[in-house]
Parts: sequence; structure tokens; C-alpha cells
Amino acid sequence: MNKRIARSGIGRRTFVATGLAGAGTLAMPNVLKAQGRSLKVGVYGGYFKESFDKHIFPEFTKATGIAVESVAEPTGEVWLVQLAQAAKAGRAPADVSMMSQVAMLKGRAIDLWTGLDRARIPNSDNLIGKFINRYPDGRVAGIGAVAWYITLVSNTKVYPQAPTSWAALWDPANRNRLGLLALVSNSFLLEVTAKTFMGGTEALDSEEGLLKAFGKLAEVKSNVRLWYRDEAQFEQALKSGEIPMGQYYHDVTGLAAADGHPVRSTFPKEGGILDSGCWALSRASKKVDEAHVFIDYMSQPSIQATMSRKVGTAPTVKRSLLDLSDDEFASVSSEIDPIVPRYDLYQTRSDWLNQKWTELIVG
Amino acid sequence: MRREPARTFSDLLPLLFPAAMLVVFFVIPFGIMIAVSFFRRQQGGFYTVDFVIANYERFLTPFFGDVLGFSLFLAAAVAVCCVLLALPFTSFLAGCSRRVQVVWLVGILAILSLSEVIIGFAWSTLFSRTAGIGNLLSALDLMETPKALLPGFGAVLTGMIYQALPFTILLLYPSLMRLDPSLLEAARTLGASPMRGFVSVVVPALRHTIAATLIMVFVFALGSYLLPQILGRPQHWTLSVLITDQAIYQSNMPFAAAMAVFLVLISLALVGLVLLVGGRREAAR
Repeated sequence: MNKRIARSGIGRRTFVATGLAGAGTLAMPNVLKAQGRSLKVGVYGGYFKESFDKHIFPEFTKATGIAVESVAEPTGEVWLVQLAQAAKAGRAPADVSMMSQVAMLKGRAIDLWTGLDRARIPNSDNLIGKFINRYPDGRVAGIGAVAWYITLVSNTKVYPQAPTSWAALWDPANRNRLGLLALVSNSFLLEVTAKTFMGGTEALDSEEGLLKAFGKLAEVKSNVRLWYRDEAQFEQALKSGEIPMGQYYHDVTGLAAADGHPVRSTFPKEGGILDSGCWALSRASKKVDEAHVFIDYMSQPSIQATMSRKVGTAPTVKRSLLDLSDDEFASVSSEIDPIVPRYDLYQTRSDWLNQKWTELIVG
Repeated sequence: MRREPARTFSDLLPLLFPAAMLVVFFVIPFGIMIAVSFFRRQQGGFYTVDFVIANYERFLTPFFGDVLGFSLFLAAAVAVCCVLLALPFTSFLAGCSRRVQVVWLVGILAILSLSEVIIGFAWSTLFSRTAGIGNLLSALDLMETPKALLPGFGAVLTGMIYQALPFTILLLYPSLMRLDPSLLEAARTLGASPMRGFVSVVVPALRHTIAATLIMVFVFALGSYLLPQILGRPQHWTLSVLITDQAIYQSNMPFAAAMAVFLVLISLALVGLVLLVGGRREAAR
């Protein structure tokens, strides 16, 4: 695997958890000299933003003449809250932002995203259908930017044999050995439980099914040594073998392995967890034209391939349109049918799920 | 020294600035927080301006009661341990030469400058199986095989004491320096052992300082949010951890605000109680 990007200590999805350092970065976005047209783009802070600044945005400016001012965006729904508050005051700290699926849903609930005109984003036809994010009335709220997998990771020294199924998390032999994400809405472990033991995520449609999944998940508790919010916390322990198994991001694990650390990322036979980010335009932004140009540019197969090679993300464009070699594709994705999070649940039942989850792991 | 009552407006002027700062940076934000705690949560979205008590209802359950109870217990345990450790140490330090004192105080201030993140990660390494003190203990044959000493309550308590101890020492130091050494000398002359002298002369003479220090360390420890996460299991998470989850990850500001208001009220009540009990005793003398 080619070395895709320079590393940085801060995980992109848990940028803020490491402290309030984000506030300073937010206040001082890195300003490129704007010649005429410009666009403020929010991407996750840390190595994600660094890679975009280095490999993607300069090329975009060269191709379109639109200067990009990138803004380091914190993870979770922090950025959503900031965008929403600013939009109330008629301001847009970023015109276009990369937003996670749960944040897209919450933004839709308050009509935060400007409806996009797909006629002006012809390249969006390249995308796999599910990466087009729509309002209930059919307006397009966001266009898939990148996708990433959360997979089953293990330390190769402690586990010479790679695990093959998510069921390994339940194996009594792994007592006190796992690191799992701490929140219901970012670990997606209910979906994992449903796909592994209950025949699929449809089993979570009813409250009964959800309770059953919670019950099954409770059996995992004694195996968990660390419920992490901060990526760095788990990554370090995984590399050293202190916590030799768990769920983690496929791209970052690949990078660590490429750096020579004894770690591996496995797509279990039930599939990896496929999560993704959308480009979405704040309703307070006046750069509607530039935003359409930007999103169209980012949806080109060649740019998606570049992102896979340089940033390590999985493409949102159909595989057949990409010039990625099989090896390159395998390093960022998998042909195994993925576990797709039940984002709808995190909207309709978010508080109930959160309460049950907290009681499950804290109680 | 007797305090003169203010006679003219200009006597009060120097108070205006701190008062204004207190209003701007404490009273107003706290007021906003109270207001938000009564707003209506909009599930899957944000909140709407309203007046509902649902956020407090959700909090008033045995589950959150347990978490609150643990947070208070942890903060109290940290405060008591810190004072127990810091009092003899500071009293010893106060008897040292100026030079030794300066060296110690600089070292203590240096620890205070470490962030919670650094302290947390340093202790998690020290307590780890692969690189921690377990290896040292095992080399000394005190432990069979190197074991991880975290996550657990002991690890959380150690990390938090480490963080709060320099603060405690600096709070006690001025009073111990001002303490008249002739008091202890008198006790010794009358035949008390150094230990006896410390317990029956120094400690009672400093009871106000000790009470104030306990309260300040308690409040300092109550806000801890990272160390319980890094060093503890989920059952060692404090209420602050759950507040952060609600505010940052669930965008449930009303519920986070309600929990925060509750935490502030409970700690104010406890502090008030301690002062009240202290005041009663004082009056009874």
C-alpha cells in the first residue's frame, strides 16, 4: 500500500475530544489569498484537513479559479450546532461543510441545508444512489463526499490469526481485551449485533428488536476494557498490544500498518460498518454558485480516486467509473456487503437509544 | 485589622470592575444555562424556546442519582486524600530553608501547569501492562506477571489526586507559613510528641484553612471530565462526562443544561452546609 498522507496526532472524527484547541483553529481559518471568487469549505480538522489542503484544494483552485479557504471543523454535532447558531444570525462560518449522516439528518430537521440543484452537478450522476442525501420532500440536502469503514481491528502479535467475524467481540476468550467506541451513534454496535445475530439491521425496526439487541450487546461488556471517545486513546493501545482488539477506522489502521505497527484491519464476514460524509451548503451562505461548482468537481471519478489514494477514504462514486486498481480499491473498501447504520433511528429514537445505551455501559 | 464600612461612592469604585466581570462571565452565562434547561428538546434536532420541566424529570431517576452520587463521592474522596497528604507535607515544607522551599514550590507549580490530557495519558502509560510499573513490580518479584492497573477506581483516584495535590499544597502553604512556630514549640516544651503537637495544635489552629481547602479541592475535582474517562471504567464516569456527551454528541442542550444546573446547585448546597456547620461550631465556642 502506498503511503497516502502525513500523519498527525489528532484524529479527525474526535477533534474536539482532545481539548478545546479546536476553538483557536476555528477562529483563524487558513486564508488563501482570494482572487475574486472564493469558497469557505469545512472539513474535519487534523490530518483530514491537512490532506485536503495539500492534495485536493489547490488543484480545484487551479481548475476553476475559485479560491478555497478551508475551515477546520470539529466532529460530532459540535459543528452542526455552530452552523445552526450562525445561520440564525445570517452568518456562515463555512459555505460548504462535510457533514456526517447523523448531522445531516439533524440539519434537515431545522432546514439548515440549502437545497442543491442536481442539474448543476452533473457529476453527481456518478455517485452510488445512497450517497445522495434528500429532504423528505425530495430536495437534495447533500451530496456524498467520502465514505469510510469501521472494521474489526486486531494486534497481529497478540492475534497471529485474523478474526473473521464480529462474533469475536463476544468470545469469552477476549475478556477485558476490547476497545469499542463509547457512543451509540458513532459505534453503530446495535447494527453490528443485529447483522451478526439477528439476521440484519431490519431487526431493529421495533422496540422489541432494539431491546433484544441491547440484551445481546450487554454480553459484550465484560470483554470491553476501553470505551473510547478519543481515537488517539485506542490507537496507541492497539499498536502496543495493550488493548489488542476492537473496532476502529479502516483507513487509519491501514496507515498504522503501513508505518510498520503490528496492527491489521479485517472486514468481518458480516461486513464493515460503512459511514460517510456529505457536502452540504449552509442556508446562510451566499456562495450558491461556487458551492455547486465545488461539489460537482469533487464528484468526478478522478478526484474520488485521488482522495482514495491520498486521503485514504472510500469513494462515493460507482466502482466501475474509477481507475483504482484492485489493490488500491481493497485498501480503502471491500466487496463484502457492508453494515449500513440505521441513521433513521438516531433521529426518531435518539434520546431513548442514548438513554438505554448509557444505562447499558455505565450501569 | 478592622474593616471600615464604605462611606462614599468612590470607596465602592474598586469593586465595580470585579463585580462587572462576575456578572458578565458568571451570572449571565449561568442565567442563560438555567433558561436553556427549561427549553423543549426537539428529538433529532435542537430545541425550541419553551418552559418545560421534562429535562429535570429525566434527570431525577435512580440512574442519574447513582452517577451524581458517585461524582460527589469521588470529589470528596479526592479532597480528603489530598488534604491528608498535603497537610503534613506542607507543614514540613514550611519548616525548611527558603531555598529548599523555592525548589519545591517551582516543582509543584510545574505539575500544576500540566494539562489534564497529559496527566491522563501519562498515568495510563504508567498503569499499562506493556509499559507500566507492573513490569517494575514484576522485575522486583512483587508481582507474578506484569498486569494492567487500569481501568479502575484506584487509577482514577490516583490520577485525580496527582492533579489536585499541587493545588492543595499551594492553598495550605500561606497559612502554614504564617502559623506562629512558638505554638508548636510551646506544645513540645509541655511534653507533646511532634505527632501529638501537629494533631492537637497545628490542625486545630488551621481548621478554617483546612475546611476552605477541602471545599476548594472538592469543587476543583467535581468538574473532572477527562481523567475518569481515560483511567476508569464507564461506572467511574462522572456526571461531567455525561453532560459533555449530551451537549456535544447528542446536541441535547436543554438536558445538558439541566444536569449542569443540578450539579452546580448540589455543590453550592454542600459548600453552604459545610460553612453553616463550621459557623455553628464557631458560635458555640
